[in-house]
Amino acid sequence: MPQPHGGKLITRKMENKADDLFEYPKIEVSTNLSEDILNIANGVFSPLEGFAVYNDLENIVADKRLSNDTPWTIPILLDYQKINEIKEGDTVLLTNDETGIKAILEIEDIYDFDQKKIAQAVFRTMDEKHPGVSLLYNMNNRYIGGKITLVENKEREFDQYNLTPMETRTLFKEKGWNEVVAFQTRNPPHIGHEYVQKAALTIVDGLFINPIIGKKKVGDFRDDVILESYEALMKNYYPKERVTMSILRTSMKYGGPSEAIHHAIMRKNFGCTHFIVGRDHAGVGDYYGPYDAHEIFKEFPDLGITPIFFRSFSRCKKCNSVVSDKVCPHGPEDQINFSGKKIRELLNQGQIPPEDMMRKEVAETILKYKHPFVE
Amino acid sequence: MTEEKKFTTISIPTPLAEKIKKRIEGTGFTSLSSYATYVLREVLSGMDEETEEAFTKDDEERVKNRLRALGYLD
Repeated sequence: MPQPHGGKLITRKMENKADDLFEYPKIEVSTNLSEDILNIANGVFSPLEGFAVYNDLENIVADKRLSNDTPWTIPILLDYQKINEIKEGDTVLLTNDETGIKAILEIEDIYDFDQKKIAQAVFRTMDEKHPGVSLLYNMNNRYIGGKITLVENKEREFDQYNLTPMETRTLFKEKGWNEVVAFQTRNPPHIGHEYVQKAALTIVDGLFINPIIGKKKVGDFRDDVILESYEALMKNYYPKERVTMSILRTSMKYGGPSEAIHHAIMRKNFGCTHFIVGRDHAGVGDYYGPYDAHEIFKEFPDLGITPIFFRSFSRCKKCNSVVSDKVCPHGPEDQINFSGKKIRELLNQGQIPPEDMMRKEVAETILKYKHPFVE
Repeated sequence: MTEEKKFTTISIPTPLAEKIKKRIEGTGFTSLSSYATYVLREVLSGMDEETEEAFTKDDEERVKNRLRALGYLD
């Protein structure tokens, strides 16, 4: 099992609540930021212990690394509008109603940083139409850096699928998995996904399916649909002792290559040795080339998790199997793409997609829902 | 903010430096320094020592109980 990123699995939770905690100045943070806090506290973002301080942000922007040279590509930033009311050295209480988090923040520094520089370094564009850049530009360009300690959070839907890195590491150890490949998803599985997962599983001991759960846009599959459809696939088509699934609550930044590295780091912290990187991983629009998210891994010989690169897959009628352009000599006229759009259209009309696109059990699970898409 | 020195200089034998310069011609490495940095990071990452588990036996037992309760472990 790989060491956690940076060498230490971080846990930042308060064991015994002090009485005066709630007297600190309070800052209400967004749900996305509160998910970041939970991910820091649970070690998903190890070795981060808090929000980025100036030196770390400067280094991420210049070199895609923290100030101690550890690879890190997506800065975890906290901005604050009424910054004059607090100062460096203060302690504040961060709260969010939706996640019920309360966390202490020890303010180490408060600083300005050119958002365009961050955007260019992280997203390779300064275009405000890019969703990640837009999120960044909507923040104040003054940031607060410092360590957090989680005081409390509330129970939420899908908690039964929500494992911390400490739990997944224990799980893999108990299962006797030395090498584990992680698969990230935001959709129910089609045959192409299954092929990729099983191809990767042939070279390791276990498969860790890790859907990203959280804020969705209209037309996306609902979280419960994604989870239940994977349950159907796992139950019917995977060896029980070789696969497991838990969720990851984090927001997508659509940072393409930078985010692929970030996604790999999180899976390393969960205890995975390998991470599947597909075509245009975490991309959006035409901001990135289809394999930019593969190329970036060359810059990180010290990442500590092995990427497994996959290209796009289709079903070839002549080969009579699932193929990629790397393994099949036939042309597009012989191939059927696993078009997510096409599958979605069929499901939307209440039709079961052909079995060479999606397993019947998966499609039936989705169609059990009157409204499988976010409305 | 204090301006820290971000780079330092190391010395390597000149013939080795020449060999590396030839080796990186036409690759993505733009300088001897970027190549040396890459190689050193790779070498050092392979030498990471096993650290002690961050959690105690009690933590581990609590985790296992949750995993059993959720059906992840038999």
